Amino acid sequence: MHEWALAEAVIATVYEIAEKEGFKEVKEVTIIIGELQQIDLEIFKFALNQLKPEKFKNTKFDMATTKAELRCKVCGHKWIFRKETLDENTAEALHFLPEVAHAYIKCPKCGSRDFEIVKGRGVWLKSVKGEK
Amino acid sequence: MVDPRIHIINERLRNVRSTIAVSSGKGGVGKSLIASTLALILAKRGYNVGLFDLDFTSPSTHIILGIKNAQPKEEHGIFPAKVYGLKYMSIIYYSGEHATPLRGTDFSNALTELLSTTIWNNLDFLILDMPPGIGDATLDLIRLIKNIRFLIVTTPSQLAFETVKKLTSLLKEMKIPIIGVIENMKIHESNFVKKHVQEMGITFLGDVQSYVEIENFLGNAKELLGSPFAKKIEKICEKLNF
Repeated sequence: MHEWALAEAVIATVYEIAEKEGFKEVKEVTIIIGELQQIDLEIFKFALNQLKPEKFKNTKFDMATTKAELRCKVCGHKWIFRKETLDENTAEALHFLPEVAHAYIKCPKCGSRDFEIVKGRGVWLKSVKGEK
Repeated sequence: MVDPRIHIINERLRNVRSTIAVSSGKGGVGKSLIASTLALILAKRGYNVGLFDLDFTSPSTHIILGIKNAQPKEEHGIFPAKVYGLKYMSIIYYSGEHATPLRGTDFSNALTELLSTTIWNNLDFLILDMPPGIGDATLDLIRLIKNIRFLIVTTPSQLAFETVKKLTSLLKEMKIPIIGVIENMKIHESNFVKKHVQEMGITFLGDVQSYVEIENFLGNAKELLGSPFAKKIEKICEKLNF
C-alpha cells in the first residue's frame, strides 16, 4: 500500500504542472516505473484514479515499466535486478526503500556492494499533456 | 523526467511546527545522543515529537534509545512507530543490522523517498539526527524542507570547532536559521568555544561535561532521561526559543 503515498506525489506533481501550464484539463500522464521498487501496478493505478481531482477526471494514466539495471563501481559489471533472487522480507524492504539494495545485493561478479542503480529505481513522471 | 516525490514533501511536513536538524561538521561529537535526549525531553514536556535518524550509513539512535522490535505501520504511507512517546523513523526498519553503503545519489534518493512517504501528521517538533559534515544531507535538507533550523554540536577540540565554523558560515550564507551551538564533552574549563561562537554572532547554548558513565545509560531511554547528561540538556532546553 506504499503505492498510495507515491500516487499522491504523482497527483500533486501533475497538479502543479497543470497549473503552471494553464491546463483546463489534463488529458494524458505518462509514468515510468522502475522494477527495483516493485510497485503493484493495479494498486498504483487504482490509487491514482481515487486521488485525482476534478481537473483530471478524463485523464489517462499511461504506465511503462523499466527493468532495474545495476552497475558495479568496482569491476564495471552490469546486471538486471530480479525480484525472484530475494526472500519476501528483503523484497519488501526494497519496495519501501530501494536504496537498501546496498544492504542485501552484491555484484554477482566480484561481490562488491558498491554499485549504482543505473535505471529502473522507482517512479518518474515522463510527460503531462493537457488542454488549455 | 520529473521526480514526483519532491512535490509532496512540503505537504507531508505541513503540520510539523518546527524541524530541527542536530548537526555538526565532525563525527563523534555526540549529535545522536543530544538529538535523542532532546527528543525525549520535549516529549516528556508534552509536545508531539518525531525523531528521524538521517545517519543512514551509521544509524545509532535506535541503540541509544534501546529500540529493538518497533516497526512502522504501512497504510497509504509509512506511519513511524511510536516509542517512548516519540514517533520514530530510521533506515534500520529496512536495512536491519546490515551494512548499507550509500553514495551521494543513493543517500539523496533514500532521503527523498522517506520524506515523501512518511506520514508524521501533527508534530510540534521533528528532530533530525544528521550525519556529520556539510555534504548531501545538509544540502538536501536545505533544498527540501522549508523553515528548517539547525542546532549545532561541537566539542572543545579545535578540530571539531574548525568544521563547525565552516558549517555555520555555509548556513549563514544560505540564510538558514541557526538555533545555537552546544559544546559537548567538555573536560577543562575554557571559554574558547563560547567566545568564538559569540564572536560569530551565534547563540552559545551551553556546555555539557564529558560523562564517561554515559555508556551505562545507552539502550534505556528511561534511564537516559534521568541521567546527569539529560539534566544538563534539559537546562539548555530552557534557553531555547521554541
